[in-house]
Amino acid sequence: MVYLTRKVEFAASHRYHNPALSAEENRRVFGKCNNPHGHGHNYTLEVTIAGEPDPITGMVLDLKELKDILEREIMQRMDHRFLNYEVAELKAQIPTCENVARVIWNLLEAKIPQGRLHRVRLYESADLFADCYSKTVGGAS
Amino acid sequence: MSKELHIELGRRYRFAASHRLHSAQLSDDENCRIYGKCNNPYGHGHNYTVEVRFSGPVDRATGMIANLTDLDAFVNERVIEPFDHRSLHDEVLAFREVVPTTENLCVEIYERLKSFPNARLEAVRIEETSNNSFEYAGKS
Repeated sequence: MVYLTRKVEFAASHRYHNPALSAEENRRVFGKCNNPHGHGHNYTLEVTIAGEPDPITGMVLDLKELKDILEREIMQRMDHRFLNYEVAELKAQIPTCENVARVIWNLLEAKIPQGRLHRVRLYESADLFADCYSKTVGGAS
Repeated sequence: MSKELHIELGRRYRFAASHRLHSAQLSDDENCRIYGKCNNPYGHGHNYTVEVRFSGPVDRATGMIANLTDLDAFVNERVIEPFDHRSLHDEVLAFREVVPTTENLCVEIYERLKSFPNARLEAVRIEETSNNSFEYAGKS
């Protein structure tokens, strides 16, 4: 098995706010991230595809194809956007790194034409990231 | 069997510390041969980067596996405060008998962080320099 990783960067704003909590609770739980005007990050997304290299092309997946998928599915949706208001998949969720990574996983998983999606790693900053993997549960392990 | 999405939260911390690699079980010559420059009796230092990964359910109300304020406070108290600007072999009890290689440092930090109450520690990865990194994910 070979793992191929492609990296893209996008810039977006977000705000952490749960309408089910009081204003005071929101400030306590989310701190500065609760600022009503939002704030932004330069996100770095690493997408890892697992597969066997094709015997003819030597590729797990054509990087051009992966680049186009990431452009269409992620960059056009999220780059220079306010995640809470402009990304439909995030509307009912707090756009934390964990939730944005999960949304990205769900957007990409079925779109990978060769190999399979192995990992989504989303950096919100150099010191904070979330990883998503598919894990087999149940049965013999 | 079914597939389930597994999500981890990763966070990086930094500290600077000195160490000396020297094993009491080896002769001076052997120490010098095995550890080379790292056996310098006066020690030497690194800027360490510690990357920790935690898993757990993403809380629906907060969107978080763990609140970073809680995690940062825990890691600061358990690791950064006792290690930053210290001499690991002189000032950290665990390294009086154990050689403070970064392999052993990974294990020690894992042991110090595995009791974090809000999420499950998956792994500790340490960059000793930008060229060397080590990872420990607990006893397998």
